[in-house]
Amino acid sequence: MSKMDLSPGSEARKRRLSALSIAPEGDMTALWSAWTEVHGEPAFTQLRAPEIGTVMVRGRAGAVGAPFNLGEITVTRASVQLASGVVGHGYVQGRSKTLALRVALIDALAEDGQGADIEASFIEPLERDRGGKRAARDKKAAKTKVEFFTMVRGEG
Amino acid sequence: MYVAVKGGERAIDNAHEWLAEERRGDVSVDELSVAQIREQLALAVSRVMAEGSLFDPDLAALAIKQARGDMIEAVFLIRAFRTTLPRFGSSEPIDTGAMACDRRISATFKDLPGGQVLGPTFDYTHRLIDFALAATGDAPLDADEAAERAGVDAERELIPHVMEFLDREDLVQQEPTDAEIDATPPPDLTREPLDFPADRPLRLQAITRGDEGFVLSMAYSTQRGFGRNHPFVGELRVGEVEVEMDIPELGFAITVGTITATECETVNQFLGSKSEPPQFTRGYGLVLGHCERKAISMALVDRALRWKELGEDNTGAPAQDEEFVLYHSDNVQATGFLEHIKLPHYVDFQSELELIRKLRAEAKANQAQQAEDTPFQDAAE
Repeated sequence: MSKMDLSPGSEARKRRLSALSIAPEGDMTALWSAWTEVHGEPAFTQLRAPEIGTVMVRGRAGAVGAPFNLGEITVTRASVQLASGVVGHGYVQGRSKTLALRVALIDALAEDGQGADIEASFIEPLERDRGGKRAARDKKAAKTKVEFFTMVRGEG
Repeated sequence: MYVAVKGGERAIDNAHEWLAEERRGDVSVDELSVAQIREQLALAVSRVMAEGSLFDPDLAALAIKQARGDMIEAVFLIRAFRTTLPRFGSSEPIDTGAMACDRRISATFKDLPGGQVLGPTFDYTHRLIDFALAATGDAPLDADEAAERAGVDAERELIPHVMEFLDREDLVQQEPTDAEIDATPPPDLTREPLDFPADRPLRLQAITRGDEGFVLSMAYSTQRGFGRNHPFVGELRVGEVEVEMDIPELGFAITVGTITATECETVNQFLGSKSEPPQFTRGYGLVLGHCERKAISMALVDRALRWKELGEDNTGAPAQDEEFVLYHSDNVQATGFLEHIKLPHYVDFQSELELIRKLRAEAKANQAQQAEDTPFQDAAE
């Protein structure tokens, strides 16, 4: 499915859930307690209790050719419904049921008209942190960039 | 036929208790935490994830701890755990072209877009034991790190695959395009038993989870002349890749995780065959985690196994024999069958024992009979 197909709402949800799924648990705990301090714990029911499972990751032969099964990753998912009836889904890498439930809640709150708040309180800081960590690694990598010179072989 | 035994529960419990004690070792020495293993034995963790076919660093670190560092036992634990989990689905094929590379080198092109990035490598070290590491202490801190982390939000530059340059000149055999690829899902040997002849996706799945030592030896055998195919490492890259999966309840794909992966593409000499013009051919290795030796080995073995589709001769080399390679690459399968022979086989062995006694008795009786029948032979000799 190409990005072109998505509505702005779906595009935002995709970005949100993608940032949340790979967020470090420690960061999420801190962001969530900051959120609940202001907004309180939301009331919800579990539509799908948190469940640990796997996703089979595929690669491609020669990087671009036929798909093959590379191996699995652990993923935990959950779905919740707010008192308003709005549903949220959470998928997180790893085996944390708490985290999956929390992500589903955050998704539901965003779908329930609090999108801008969620964006500012979770998505932006998470993306900024990830970008920063990545940039730091990139700089380290750049420092190991080499220029090799081929030596001219002497004859005789 | 294996006949089960029963009993010995108390002795077994005691043995396992002692095992736990031995695992802990001298209690005056600090206990290892799972996080320490994950962070400080990262390559061991990578190997367990690759061969366990499950990317979960915490789980792999725990398995290594539980297995007392026995890597195959740790792989076994991971495989067993994996079977208890439901599978939510399969990802979109990962885009290694979008990899955030920690390391990216080419042995074929000196100057190339994206450059030669060594990354954290053992290459060019002198392999001298560093006794400084025996002294415990804080790791040297990178003074720039905090500054580097602070709010840098640079757009990443994608590093193109080296193969693309050869592709453009039509000098290397092309991979099939999406339109040419069979749309049915690739075979999955964790769901269906191996089936021969195996297509390339099935072979790649088997090799990527194969034992590193076995795959290395197979690859080495091709370099030494058994199924020779003269490889160059066109590219080796290690880094982080995002995993996207279509979520039915959402109606679109989201990132469900990131993995570290190692990818190796080899460029191999090829003089052409009945079906193919002279051109370079490819071998491909892709492994979960940071496993360079394995990725390079995988690419060599992949290339050796492609003899049929490239119209090459089968020289009878072990690395060209897909049944030999695929049936023997899995270390959990291998160790399961090998180690089961140390378990009680008393009934089995009793029947063998009785058989051999009977045969011996018969043989002795025959000899005695023969001696009686030909009484003069001994004297004649």
